[in-house]
Amino acid sequence: MSQATLIPSPREISTEPRRSDKVFRGVVTSGGISSLFILGLIAVFLAYRGFEVLKEEGLGFITGADWSVTLDESANVVESNFGLSAMLVGTILCALVAVVIAVPISVFSALYLNFYAPGWLKKILVAVIDMMAAFPSILFGVWGFLVLMPSVEYWGKLINRYLGWIPLFEVKPYFFTRSPFVAGVVLAIMIIPIITSVSREIFAQAPLDRIQAAFALGATRWAMIKAVVIPHGRSGVVGGAMLGLGRAMGETVAVFTVLNIVFQINWHILLGAGGNVASLIILKFSEAGDYEIKALMAAGLILFLLTLAVNAVANVIVKSTGKSGR
Amino acid sequence: MIQTPESEKAMSSTQPSSLASVANARVERTQASSAIGTGLEARGVHAWFGKNHVLADINLEFAAGSVTALIGPSGCGKSTFIRTMNRMHEFIPGAAMAGQVLLDGKDVYAPGVDVTKIRLQIGMVFQKPNPFPSMTIGENVLSGLKLAQIKVENKDELLESCLVRAGLWNEVKDRLGAHGGSLSGGQQQRLCIARALAVSPQVLLMDEPCSALDPGSTLRIEDTIRELSDSMTIIIVTHNMQQAARVSDYTAFFLSDGGPGEMIEVARTSEIFSQPKDQRTENYVTGRFG
Repeated sequence: MSQATLIPSPREISTEPRRSDKVFRGVVTSGGISSLFILGLIAVFLAYRGFEVLKEEGLGFITGADWSVTLDESANVVESNFGLSAMLVGTILCALVAVVIAVPISVFSALYLNFYAPGWLKKILVAVIDMMAAFPSILFGVWGFLVLMPSVEYWGKLINRYLGWIPLFEVKPYFFTRSPFVAGVVLAIMIIPIITSVSREIFAQAPLDRIQAAFALGATRWAMIKAVVIPHGRSGVVGGAMLGLGRAMGETVAVFTVLNIVFQINWHILLGAGGNVASLIILKFSEAGDYEIKALMAAGLILFLLTLAVNAVANVIVKSTGKSGR
Repeated sequence: MIQTPESEKAMSSTQPSSLASVANARVERTQASSAIGTGLEARGVHAWFGKNHVLADINLEFAAGSVTALIGPSGCGKSTFIRTMNRMHEFIPGAAMAGQVLLDGKDVYAPGVDVTKIRLQIGMVFQKPNPFPSMTIGENVLSGLKLAQIKVENKDELLESCLVRAGLWNEVKDRLGAHGGSLSGGQQQRLCIARALAVSPQVLLMDEPCSALDPGSTLRIEDTIRELSDSMTIIIVTHNMQQAARVSDYTAFFLSDGGPGEMIEVARTSEIFSQPKDQRTENYVTGRFG
C-alpha cells in the first residue's frame, strides 16, 4: 500500500424504510411485545397481592409444609401458617413422572408417524393427536379417576412388589389410591400430544442426504434413525419434553380430580399422598378469606417462577446439545 | 481459488478434440484385477416417477474390476439408472422400476432379498458430500460397520487402509477425532469414499462425485478411482467428459429426446471419444450439443 493512501473510517449505513414497512413493523412489534407485557403484568399482580404473606412467612413459605389458618368470630386471622414445600415437591414429582412416561411414547410415535406409517394412516393419527392436545383437561381428570385409576393402582402395586427396595417406590403405609404416580400417568397422557408434535416436526427436518447416506451404507431403518434422525432431533425432543414438563407442572383440574392432596412432604411416588401448587389453589380458593387468598397468590407467584426456571434450564440444555447433531 | 499445477493443466486442455488422446493415453488394463465376483448387469431396466417414464430398456454389463462412465445431458436418467442398481431408487415416493439387476447373476430385486445386504455389496458416493456431522472423522469412516452391525477384528487397521485408499490419510491422520464437518468439501467427499470402502463393497456407484469440487480435489478423487478400480467395479456418472476419458475403461452414452432416457451406445472409452458409432454420441462428445 502506498503511503499516500488514507484508510477511511467505516461509513454509517442507514436506510429509510417505506411507510408500509413501518406500519407492518409496528403491528408485528406490538404483537411480539404484548405477550411479554401480559406475562409481566401477571407477575406484578401476583407479587403485589402475595407480598404481605411472603414478607410475613419469609423463607418458611417455601420450606414449610403446613397450610393452616385460624380465624376468630369476626373473621380476623388469629394464627396462620403457610408453607408450600409439600406442594412444590408434589408438583415436581407428578410432572417428572409424567415426562418420564410421556417422552418415550411420544418419541416412538413421532418416529412411527415419520418413518413407518403409511400416508393415509399418518394423516388420521396426526389429526387425532392434535385433537388430544385440545381436549378439556377436566375430561382427562374424570376419565383418569373413574377408568384409569384402578389399573394404575395395580401397576403401582406391581412396581412396589418388585422394585420396592428402591426408596422412591417404597409405600408405607400400604396405601396406593390417588398417588402422585396416578396423577403422573394422567398428566403423561395430557402432554403426549405436545411432545409428539414437536418431535415429529424436528424429525421430519432430518437432512435427506444423510438419511440416504445411511441407507446406502446398508443401514436398516432403525440403524438409520439412530445414526441420523436422533442426533439431529435430540435437542428438539428435549425442548418438547420441557414444554410438556411446563404444562404438567401448571396443570390444575386433572391433577385436582385425581390426586390426594396431603400437606406433608412425600417423595414416595406410589404412596397415595401428594401435592400440587395449582391444585392447592383451587382446593382452597372458594373458602379462603382475604388473607389466605393473598397466600394463594403468593403460591401462584412461586409456581410461576418455578415454571420460568424450568424453561430457562431447558433453554440451556437445548443450546448445549443442539450443535452436535446439526 | 488456488489451483495446483496439475489442475491448471487439466483446465487448459478442455478442447473436445483432445478427449480421444486423453482416453488413449490411459493405459489399457489387463485382466490382473483382483476384483471379486463376476460383476453387475442391468437387463431391460425401466424406471418411472409416478406416471413419468424416465428410463427405457437399459441393458448394460459391468465386468468385475472395470470402470464405466455414464455420460449424457442432464435429465437423461443416468442418476436414476445407478440408483436402481443399489435399490436407492425406491426411496423416492412414487418411484417404480421394471427389469432385472443382476449382481453375480442374482437379481437384487428378487423377492426375499435383504436390501441392506445389497447396499453393503453395492456402495454409493453421492453428488454432495454427506458425512455424518455428529461423528468424528474416524467414526464416519467406520459408520457403515456400525450401521450394518458388522464386527471387525482390527478397526484401526481398517480405518487407516480405507483412508489411505481414499487418498485422505496423510491429511487427517493427526486429527481422526475431529468432526467430519471440519474438513473441506474435497476432503469430505474423500471421507465419504473412505466410508463407502470400509464395508468392502464389490461395486461402487459414484453419482457425479466431483461436481461440487474444485479442480484440485477432482484430480485427487480421480487418482483414487484409478487406484480403487484394481479391486472393485466402479460406475461413475459424470458431466465432465475429460473425467470420463481420464478414469473409465468403458463409456455409456445416455440420451432423452423428450421421452424416457435411453442408452444410445456403450463401448471402450477410447472408441467412444475417437470413433463413436452413433452420430448423436459424436455430436455430444464433440460438444455440438448437451
